[in-house]
Amino acid sequence: MSPRLRYAGRRLLLAVPIVLGMAVFNFLLLHLAPGDAASVLAGEAGGVTPELMSQLRADFGLDRSLPMQLLIYLQHVVSLDLGFSFRHRTSVLSLILTRLPATLLLMGAALALSVLGGVLLGVLAARRVNTWMDNVISVFALLSYATPIFWIGLMFIVLFSIHLGWLPTHGMAVAGAGTTGWAHALDVARHLILPAMTLALFYVALYTRLMRASMLEVYTLDYVQSARAKGLPEGRIAFKHVLRNALLPVVTMVGLQVGHMLGGSVLVETVFGWPGLGRLAFESVFARDLNLLLGLLLFSSVLVVIANLVTDLVYSVLDPRIAVS
Amino acid sequence: MKGFWARFERNRAAVFGFSVLVIVLAVAAVGPFLYPVDPWELAGRPFSPPFGRFPLGTDTLGRDLAAGLVHGARISLMMGLVATAMAVLIGTVVGAIAGYRGGWVDDALMRCTEFFQTIPSFIFAVVLVAIFQPSIESIVAAIAMVSWPTLARLVRGEFIALRHREFVQACVALGMPERSIIFRQVLPNAAGPVIVTGSLMVATAILLESGLSFLGLGDPNLMSWGFMIGSSRTVLRQAWWMSAIPGVAILLTVLAINLVGEGLNDALNPRLPR
Repeated sequence: MSPRLRYAGRRLLLAVPIVLGMAVFNFLLLHLAPGDAASVLAGEAGGVTPELMSQLRADFGLDRSLPMQLLIYLQHVVSLDLGFSFRHRTSVLSLILTRLPATLLLMGAALALSVLGGVLLGVLAARRVNTWMDNVISVFALLSYATPIFWIGLMFIVLFSIHLGWLPTHGMAVAGAGTTGWAHALDVARHLILPAMTLALFYVALYTRLMRASMLEVYTLDYVQSARAKGLPEGRIAFKHVLRNALLPVVTMVGLQVGHMLGGSVLVETVFGWPGLGRLAFESVFARDLNLLLGLLLFSSVLVVIANLVTDLVYSVLDPRIAVS
Repeated sequence: MKGFWARFERNRAAVFGFSVLVIVLAVAAVGPFLYPVDPWELAGRPFSPPFGRFPLGTDTLGRDLAAGLVHGARISLMMGLVATAMAVLIGTVVGAIAGYRGGWVDDALMRCTEFFQTIPSFIFAVVLVAIFQPSIESIVAAIAMVSWPTLARLVRGEFIALRHREFVQACVALGMPERSIIFRQVLPNAAGPVIVTGSLMVATAILLESGLSFLGLGDPNLMSWGFMIGSSRTVLRQAWWMSAIPGVAILLTVLAINLVGEGLNDALNPRLPR
């Protein structure tokens, strides 16, 4: 087996107890919620019949001892049963899966935008360090870093939708337009621009600062000196020699930020009415559908575990020393 | 102390941040006395624009926005500070013990820390507040719960670097109890990074709190900046300033704290390259 594959296998094995731990943790939260666990599972929906409640109690063994209940709960989770949302009249998992693509699209777009923007601005700032350009970029990064994400989303709406009338404010597509194919893709893209920009802004700031610092550090290394001594042009040194190594901390950061970005998408999706997981979380808070909310927490935690795994693998490809050691 | 100020002063951005922060602190401390208007009172005609009878206008129900801003300053800073203090306490204890003890204790505590770091923090905070009902206590506790792991890892790192130093060995040889060594001898040497990270965490905590109250998960009895934005976002088309003004307050406060934090970093860790 190649060392990289063995490394991947080891990482995968390490992820299993974490995911199990998260399920246990979710179970604890379910029981910490005020009131009967059955009523939490029923989403505190008023219309649930007593028969249904007793069926839920039987299903989750709520009349048994706590360790037994935990075991039953874990059984449900392992068989991918996160319960039923009585508000939405579907299973929690299918609800999550229908909302997942919208969130992935939003996060993917924001991720691409932030990495591209952050790397570009960071490289620009590092190549013109301590000039007005560097200062302007630094001020932009500082401001974006301190901006509440939901607020800048609202301000984008005021500017780009209300005043300029360029972009739609709400949803993922024009309601009832019934477009298909390219027309539909274009419609979704138009709806995507503002939410993706909003979600990306904070990370553009983060990656800009990281990239600038990382570039400056790599610039001090000996091999850059030799490249200069060889008489290579500065642009070539920056992009072929320095940039590649300076990217490594950014890759780590991108992986670490997936969970953070999922949180940000709750706010962004709420502002823009984007029909993804974040919006679902917001709706379940309002409907007090705690079981759905807990399902979302578990699901997003697992997403983070997967993202971390992928990051580790990407990193081991970029920097083979990691997998070997 | 004098050297500290001299180094802090050299960072002009930090001095600017410090001045803004002093103003926000002053507003939080004495604002409600100088501007004694109840932020919940229906003071005048709804939708009054700024710079009229009311300095910043009124909201959708006719509540004075300036009063909300003044009271919100108190809430935001208080929540940010208390939540961070709690997170620093938990993080320091966990990190110190893990770093000092090493071995299986370290392993167990760090697995636990990584576990909490993996859970998406904002969603976790939303779940905690939703489960325990929005109140000051639940919000502060939720923010602390999602913030401590960063600090635990930092403190652990510092302790690992310090624990084999000679002064620690001297303390052990003197028969000093472990608790005193950890908290009286080693911890003060790790204070610089903890103070810097802690100050930056206040900014994150304020952002977290504003996000929660924007979603409607704030304490229903407290006027906060996030709540003001959340409650007026439906009238963005008619009255964009209602959402804009509290947001500027959050932005300035968070920016000021970040700048001060970086200034502290330069001043407390002068040997670090910038």
